[in-house]
Amino acid sequence: MQYSAPETIESALKLLESDDDARVMAGGTDLIVQMTSGMRSPSHVVDIKRIPELCGVVQTADGGWKIGAAVPGAELNEHVELKRDWPGFVEATDLIGSMQVQGRATPVGNLCNASPAGDAVPGMVAAGATVTVAGSNGFRDVAAHDVPAAPGRTNLEKNEFVIAVNLPPKPPNSGDAYLRFIPRTEMDIAVVGTGVFLAFGESGHVREARIALGAIAPTVVFCTEAADALIGSRLEEEAIEAAVLAARNACNPIDDKRGTAEFRVHTVGVLIKRSIAIATQRAKRQVGMD
Amino acid sequence: MNERVKTPEGRPYYKEIGTRPIRPDGVEKVTGSARFGDDFTLPGTLVGKILRSPHPHARLISVDTSNAKKIAGVKAIVTGSDFPDQPFAYTGPAVLERNMWHVTRNVIAREKVLYEGHAVAAVAAVDEKTASAALQAIAVEYEILPHVTTLDEALAPDAVLLFEDMITRGVEPAPEKPTNIARRANYEKGQIDTAWSSADLIVERSYETKPVHQGYIEPHACLAHYHPDGQADLYTSSQGHFQMRALTATLTGMRLTDIRAIPAEIGGGFGGKTVVYLEPLAMMLSKMSGFPVRMKMTRSEVFKASGPAAGTKARIKLGAKKNGTLVAAEVEMYYEAGAFPGSPFVNGVLCCVAPYTIPNVRLTGWDVVANRPKVAAYRAPGSPQSNFAFESTVDIVCKKLGLDPIAFRKMNAVQVGAELLGGRQLNHEGYLQLLEATERHPQYATELGPNQGRGFAAGYWPNAGGESGATVYVNADGTVNIATGSPDIGGSRASMAQMTAETLGISYDRVRSAVNDTTSVPFTHVTGGSRVTFATGKAVVAACETVIADLRARAAKIWDVDVDAVDWREGAAHPSSSNVGDFDPLTLGDLAARATETGGPIGSSGALNATGHAPGFSAALCDVEVDPETGHVKIIRFTVAQDAGVAIHPSYVEGQMQGAVVQGIGWALSEEYIYGPDGRLQNHGFLDYRMPVASDLPMIDPIVVEVPNPDHPFGVKGVAEAGMVTAMASVANAVADAVDRRMTSLPISPPKLAKEIAAGKAAM
Ligand SMILES: Cc1cc2nc3c(=O)[nH]c(=O)nc-3n(C[C@H](O)[C@H](O)[C@H](O)COP(=O)(O)OP(=O)(O)OC[C@H]3O[C@@H](n4cnc5c(N)ncnc54)[C@H](O)[C@@H]3O)c2cc1C
Repeated sequence: MQYSAPETIESALKLLESDDDARVMAGGTDLIVQMTSGMRSPSHVVDIKRIPELCGVVQTADGGWKIGAAVPGAELNEHVELKRDWPGFVEATDLIGSMQVQGRATPVGNLCNASPAGDAVPGMVAAGATVTVAGSNGFRDVAAHDVPAAPGRTNLEKNEFVIAVNLPPKPPNSGDAYLRFIPRTEMDIAVVGTGVFLAFGESGHVREARIALGAIAPTVVFCTEAADALIGSRLEEEAIEAAVLAARNACNPIDDKRGTAEFRVHTVGVLIKRSIAIATQRAKRQVGMD
Repeated sequence: MNERVKTPEGRPYYKEIGTRPIRPDGVEKVTGSARFGDDFTLPGTLVGKILRSPHPHARLISVDTSNAKKIAGVKAIVTGSDFPDQPFAYTGPAVLERNMWHVTRNVIAREKVLYEGHAVAAVAAVDEKTASAALQAIAVEYEILPHVTTLDEALAPDAVLLFEDMITRGVEPAPEKPTNIARRANYEKGQIDTAWSSADLIVERSYETKPVHQGYIEPHACLAHYHPDGQADLYTSSQGHFQMRALTATLTGMRLTDIRAIPAEIGGGFGGKTVVYLEPLAMMLSKMSGFPVRMKMTRSEVFKASGPAAGTKARIKLGAKKNGTLVAAEVEMYYEAGAFPGSPFVNGVLCCVAPYTIPNVRLTGWDVVANRPKVAAYRAPGSPQSNFAFESTVDIVCKKLGLDPIAFRKMNAVQVGAELLGGRQLNHEGYLQLLEATERHPQYATELGPNQGRGFAAGYWPNAGGESGATVYVNADGTVNIATGSPDIGGSRASMAQMTAETLGISYDRVRSAVNDTTSVPFTHVTGGSRVTFATGKAVVAACETVIADLRARAAKIWDVDVDAVDWREGAAHPSSSNVGDFDPLTLGDLAARATETGGPIGSSGALNATGHAPGFSAALCDVEVDPETGHVKIIRFTVAQDAGVAIHPSYVEGQMQGAVVQGIGWALSEEYIYGPDGRLQNHGFLDYRMPVASDLPMIDPIVVEVPNPDHPFGVKGVAEAGMVTAMASVANAVADAVDRRMTSLPISPPKLAKEIAAGKAAM
């Protein structure tokens, strides 16, 4: 096996082109575990942590955020402005593993690992994230929820890789939240995860909503039906129940060692309500602050 | 908080006992230089690996190793037929039977494979890769058989049989048809069948628990080196290197004297490292290859092939008077032994009734085989499962009668002097004191909030005494070496040094405490049964006392007086009275310096079969908060009380109690073996075998009650197991208190509890 740590995007692309069996490595907290357990054996590991453009968090001219693909959770967690804008996304990323894992694990790795249960994924999808993909034909932006194709597989072309996550500018009176259910408190894999983003209009009605569900289908579910049930409402009980019903209908879970399908569908409803409550509180608190 | 309840009178003043010195092995362990099972190496060491069955049940038609042997770098391959067969005979006491015919087949399969992960062949090769390649090249022909992985499947009338000729033992007359039931045990007292009519309340419930693993952090590992002269060294991480030596010798056809078993540090055992898996294979591979062979299990192998604790099914029936007096108890339990007979079902049924005075009792236990790894001991083997079922039922009785759970236990408590079922007698005080200490604990009076509940449970474990040896040497500079044959799992080197220092009257820092190999200390039984501080401690004190007698004799010689005229106190020889003469005391250091002239080296061994051990009782108080929507249970407060007799090193007593509770909480809430319909284990790693992590737990508050044991020089009682006995029941009782629904099946996982709560709401 060969290991390279290129210092530019171009040389990383060249290395990927030169070997069909090459694999990008960000934090390596999935990849290395998969290699030691014999699940994957790439002939070439291309470490992207030495590429300076991939290692920063920058605010864009429109007020959004560009997070380099090699930035680990620990750095996001200490980024006060990013956390103020997108606390739900940052918390989702922070739920990954332990402090040691946080020092390495990236949200992009979480997305590209394409586990149905990745915690950062519903968080970024609810936040409305896109990712910037580099390839031999240049750069393109893709909606985050379009990246995973199936468990363990992405829609990226061979030789393409993600260089950044882009979060939109945070609208006024908005808030996001991510909650997951695990039987323990740490070091466990989400049995259900729910990401919610809400923006309120002047009159207190929901102007914009995004809901993303994790671990209840082969890939993250960007659930527009649930969001639509909230848009225009003032979060009356019927609206929330309609969103819960829509979310439950969107579930396509399995029974496995981590939880029953029945429990997953049930718990999606519980967590959606709680996530809505947190996102609302965040949006309102901000109104108070303004 | 650490409430220490002492008997007021008769407690001598100690200098070293009851203090908390740094452990002798501490620096090595925190700096990473301590050597565990996989840390030994010798020139030319080969890598040993095991080929394991992918099938839960199959006949072994053939194992062809010829292609594997041709691979360059493969030095030896063994299969079942390379080992001498063992006689089919059950030996040992009823509670701890063993049959070497089974043991050899568990180490490596012969006629059949009986569980996924059952060893079929083992290879030794120059490196890991070559060994793996050799495993791939072994051709095994299996005749796949139907399998049974649950108690219900194993007990079904038409179930496939693991042993086609197995007739249930302990049933009269003997059944004619073979089944998967290996043995029945039955104990009775009073007139159970007529007693029910005198009860005002009868409660009967059924329960089940799942197999769980001990979860030690260090996987099994060893290094065997067979020398050309037929002598061998065995480096092994275990709970008893004498035990590993004995089992390895028997299974490989060697003599005890030809194996020197060297104890490694041990990264946890909890009962699971009292049995052999790798050692006989490594020894045989070393013998055949002529090279040292190192073997270690992966975590997955540990889960699939080393001993979990038995899963169980129970039916408990209790009868009580309105005032709470228990009049009758009936217990019937099935224990899943795994692939070979020998679950701890006898102790299981005996322990659950032991804390009570009940005039009419019937206990029935069944030992059932199934296509899973053979169970091994796990911290109070058998008792936590029966305690969960019994104490849950007691809780129902208390709630129905409106009685305080601790007052109920006190009212029905077993009395000192009572004959317990199974031939034991209760000879030691302490149980009532720990109930009272728990009752006084502030947690018991803390108010509960919404969705919170409190559970209490009391329990019993017999503990063990048994054979131990120790050697004490006084060095020329007045320092002392003490060696025992008890692998140090819970800080026993420190407590041995403390007992040595206290007995000799010197300071702790002058004593070096070691665990030595089988050629340099007398025979010592395993570190298990909460016996080391008690039994090995007795051997240490006995050795020290012989040394003191010798030191007194030397002082007498120097002073030219009668030995009876010399006293030993505060680390020195003193004339017993002024009549003896006007001599300055001779300290241990003085006498050590003059050893050569007074008779040569000073040292002694103590070896004994320790009797007079006290049982371990425990009481647990658990507060939980339940998320009624997700079924998630959070432990918010936990107090555990045990009687340590005298806590030699209180931190390690507390550590035992806290560790035991943590394991019990895992068993209660989240741990279980998950098998697919294919008979294969699905969660053979720590990600999905969910042991509690630190953030799942509150600070567990240990109440160390101290009612000294008169049968130990310093009053020690064993403390390493009883704390787990009551943990599961206390959690289940707390959950029942919080949600008003009784969970009769462990683990109380969120999907199960959420469903139960929803069912409760629907019924309202
Ligand atoms: C102890 C432990 C606990 C964990 N706990 C959690 C948890 O609680 N929740 C959770 O969701 N996950 C958890 N994980 C999994 C893992 O840490 C996360 O998925 C993490 O986000 C992966 O990020 P990484 O940067 O380490 O990815 P890597 O391992 O570097 O990569 C993961 C995959 O993505 C690909 N990849 C990486 N970067 C790119 C890129 N820029 N472009 C294209 N493909 C790329 C890699 O080729 C690989 O296939 C845990 C892992 C461990 C070891």
